[in-house]
Amino acid sequence: MTFLSYLINGISLGSVYAIIALGYTMVYGIAKMLNFAHGDVIMVGGYIAFCATSYLGLPSIAAVLLSMAVCTVLGVTIEGLAYRPLRSAPSLAVLITAIGVSYFLQNAALLIWGSAPKSFPSLVGLEPLRLFDGQLVITSEAVVTVIACIVIMVALTLFTGETKMGKAMRAVSEDKGAAQLMGINVNHTISITFAIGSALAAIAGVLLCSAYPVLLPTTGSMPGIKAFTAAVFGGIGSIPGAMIGGILLGIIEIFGKAYISTQLSDAIVFSVLIIVLLVKPTGLLGKAVNEKV
Amino acid sequence: MAKRLSKASLNGFLNYGLVILAFLVVEMMRSSGQISNSLNGQLVPICAYVCMAVSLNLTVGVLGELSLGHAGFMGVGAFSGVVAAVSLTNIIPSNGLRLLLSILIGGLLAGAAGFLVGVPVLRLRGDYLAIVTLAFGEIIKNIVNCLYIGVDSAGLHVSMTNSTALGLAEGGKVIMNGPMGATGVPKLSSFTAGFLLVLFTLFIVQNLVQSRAGRAIMAIRDNRIAAESVGIGITRYKLTAFITSAMLAGMSGALFAMNYSTIVAKKFDFNTSILVLVFVVLGGMGNIRGSIIAATVLTILPEMLRAFSDYRMLVYAIVLIVIMLATNNQKFRSLLSRALPHLREGLPAHAAGKGGSTHE
Amino acid sequence: MMKTKLLSILLALSMVAALAGCGGASSSAPASSSASASSSTSASSQEAASSESGDAAPESSSATAIKIGFIGPLTGGAAIYGNAAKNGAQIAIDEINALDSGIQFEFNPQDDEHDAEKSVNAYNILKDWGMQILCGTVTTNPCIAVGAESYADRIFTLTPSASSTAVIEGKDNVFQMCFTDPNQGVASAQYIAEQQLGSKIAVIYNNADAYSTGIYEKFASEAANQGLEIVSTTTFTDDTATDFSVQLTDAKNAGADLLFLPIYYTPASLILTQAQSMGYSPKVFGVDGMDGILTLENFDTTLAEGVMLLTPFAADATDERTVSFVQKYTEQFNETPNQFAADAYDCIYAIYEACQKAGITPDQSAADICEKMIAAFTAEDFTFNGLTGEGMTWSTTGEVSKAPKGMVIQNGAYTGM
Repeated sequence: MTFLSYLINGISLGSVYAIIALGYTMVYGIAKMLNFAHGDVIMVGGYIAFCATSYLGLPSIAAVLLSMAVCTVLGVTIEGLAYRPLRSAPSLAVLITAIGVSYFLQNAALLIWGSAPKSFPSLVGLEPLRLFDGQLVITSEAVVTVIACIVIMVALTLFTGETKMGKAMRAVSEDKGAAQLMGINVNHTISITFAIGSALAAIAGVLLCSAYPVLLPTTGSMPGIKAFTAAVFGGIGSIPGAMIGGILLGIIEIFGKAYISTQLSDAIVFSVLIIVLLVKPTGLLGKAVNEKV
Repeated sequence: MAKRLSKASLNGFLNYGLVILAFLVVEMMRSSGQISNSLNGQLVPICAYVCMAVSLNLTVGVLGELSLGHAGFMGVGAFSGVVAAVSLTNIIPSNGLRLLLSILIGGLLAGAAGFLVGVPVLRLRGDYLAIVTLAFGEIIKNIVNCLYIGVDSAGLHVSMTNSTALGLAEGGKVIMNGPMGATGVPKLSSFTAGFLLVLFTLFIVQNLVQSRAGRAIMAIRDNRIAAESVGIGITRYKLTAFITSAMLAGMSGALFAMNYSTIVAKKFDFNTSILVLVFVVLGGMGNIRGSIIAATVLTILPEMLRAFSDYRMLVYAIVLIVIMLATNNQKFRSLLSRALPHLREGLPAHAAGKGGSTHE
Repeated sequence: MMKTKLLSILLALSMVAALAGCGGASSSAPASSSASASSSTSASSQEAASSESGDAAPESSSATAIKIGFIGPLTGGAAIYGNAAKNGAQIAIDEINALDSGIQFEFNPQDDEHDAEKSVNAYNILKDWGMQILCGTVTTNPCIAVGAESYADRIFTLTPSASSTAVIEGKDNVFQMCFTDPNQGVASAQYIAEQQLGSKIAVIYNNADAYSTGIYEKFASEAANQGLEIVSTTTFTDDTATDFSVQLTDAKNAGADLLFLPIYYTPASLILTQAQSMGYSPKVFGVDGMDGILTLENFDTTLAEGVMLLTPFAADATDERTVSFVQKYTEQFNETPNQFAADAYDCIYAIYEACQKAGITPDQSAADICEKMIAAFTAEDFTFNGLTGEGMTWSTTGEVSKAPKGMVIQNGAYTGM
């Protein structure tokens, strides 16, 4: 029974990582850049939802939609101002710019919302499921997060696989130059990618803060790093991979704490990651890239 | 060929000259009391960061592999250096000698860590290597937080539970106290020591880059398959660069740690790795002098921005973004070069990066 | 290619010039702390701290205010503690300056991002400014590093909240306003044993935090002396402070009826939330870091019902000084003050009273002030009444002696136990 409850906790923690990792992997897959500011967009999403419910008194759905709208605008703005001018620059220059954006968002949030933590009201607000006489408790947040995660993963897979825009995205991710020659507007496509990634970040922010209800300007940074790890774990660029990677990471973290040591839980998670990458150098579902000779 | 070599070594001499000149100027200012406390206090960290940046440039710029865990090696060097310095207090009374020995031990252990990490992971590439180095940095941080080391007449004691479990004899001293880190670190570092370490780092890196091994390393960076096809042993040269880089990071870590009376594992986390990476990218990949200058300027910059009080880090972030745009965007650059015509040729070499991209 | 080289030489020269520049600028403002007092300008603190202030001509009249520096994390993950302390100190400074008592303070807060290196940088900036007394630093590890510097420079240092014993160890000029960590651990264990609050105790602490680990270690050894049984000990770090299900399950399975949380209130609020959704409701006992949980914006205070804590300060106490302080703080900063704010407020008043007693004037050097302040603080007849305690005295080691108050949260407010 304890094992089962650990497993469920692992899945619910992992699904939060997974939902963040989906945003990471989406942007990486198409734009080929590590967007280190993704975690901070999540934090902004959390704050917007917090303000919407606590100060404006909006209902949960409206708060989530507002937060998605704001984050989408924010994501597209960041992309336009900071990343687009660097399209032809070396990828490390873009990485550093992303880090600059991350610092900027954190410090702006500190100035706007202050350093005091805010307790986030759960936007799910349903009673937890109690099974086996309350021996096993599944919070409604966990259920919603897992469902949202699966829905988003399926929707993203269908979107990139079936729609015209999705095909354009895949074309851009294969070869920007060739895509442009085929009449695809590369800048536009990448903007759309960022819009989707940031909207996902808003959802992730709301779910992260609903499950772990403390909101700080640094709320997004550690989950961001963990989600990045999860995305690599699953094979960065692969949408199902991000989800599997995230959930596995959550389960490993909880089991590591439960059965090995709470003190060394980070070391355990990252050691497992290293071992997996040594056995499968492109992550669980990553494509092995054939090198041209 | 001969001309190219002489140009490279001229460049190297120029770097030595720059460092020596800066040292002399600062020493002159110090002796005449014309230096602010603020700058004076930053001299040793600047030296440490310069070494960090130059050594990371070896991995990122010359070898062409992205490392996000360079601070992890710095941490290994810092803590092993501190343990060495404290436990040798009675054996070696001379401060200078003790510092030298601690820096060497820090370098050796960090080099060993580099070897341990490097052997398995250097076959990974691009972002996968980056994430493993990041993971390594986090593991080091986590372990140091649980590590208790003490010294008494019987020698070193190590424990993973708590300081009382060390079982120290009377008069024993706890050197590393879990999350407290190392406290009561002897302040052995000095600007002169930092200066000498910078020269040493330059000497090692520049000679490596200009040697046969260095050319092989750069060939691997530019085209791994072509390099392999002409018989260059990929693993061997990659490891050489990676271990050298880790060792130098460890030495600068020991120098850094012994400038403060306390040092904690959190100092050597992901953020510090990123900070050093910023120095390297801003200075130009593979450009040693760029790394030196970027590390110095960016270490002083946040202190200069204190006048902005609450907006300080916000301004820092904006400066960072604007510099990256200014040095890498064609439009921005032409705008700038129209304003400052004599810079027209200069900027691209400064920042656009001679090194190849790490993402293949 | 030639131009490339020219440019890099140019850049190099500009760097050297910059180094020379920022060294030179400060030369007209005396850099050494001993001489600075006599030539301090009345410029506002921020301008004085910036390096451009060098050309401002020193005023001929002698300085009017004692320069108090403050260091704490104003940005980054620990910003909450630094900002609270800064705001609390600011209120005390404003009150004292309005008193017209002959002592005026000039206040200069600097950010250290909870990092020893940045903290020493901030300390040096303050030295350039001409700091005579240091109020800080707020967090432990930076305070150890800065304490070593201020000990060497002979600048009197009073920290509001750096609670480790390593902060004051071997430094006669560093004093604390807060309890030391071992004290809290011992006091908590004794309190639990005396009041018979629980027989089986579970502890969850932050093993990446010196404060939390420091309290835990002493608590564990004292609990053994008191015959208390610790049935579950689990940890977390700042990086894993989201999910506590494992720790709580462990405590629950071990049958713990009392949960001891030597941690700050932010993770504590998560633990309470998660314990409730697990259907686990032990008694909860906290330390002074737990204070603030009721002011956490939007927090469901019913979750904290029955939580006990040892704290020197409660924001809803009804004595006149606390009420007035809380009111001012809320008006100015739109937040309820926590114990960091109260500690820093007390620091400034303690410095003020000691300054009066020792006859400190702005034209004395920092080193002279340091010796006089040490004498004043350790004098037998020096007691201080503040927000965080009555009749506080300091030992020569720098440790404060004050009585912790046991509080229990009832109906969303503190009640004395």
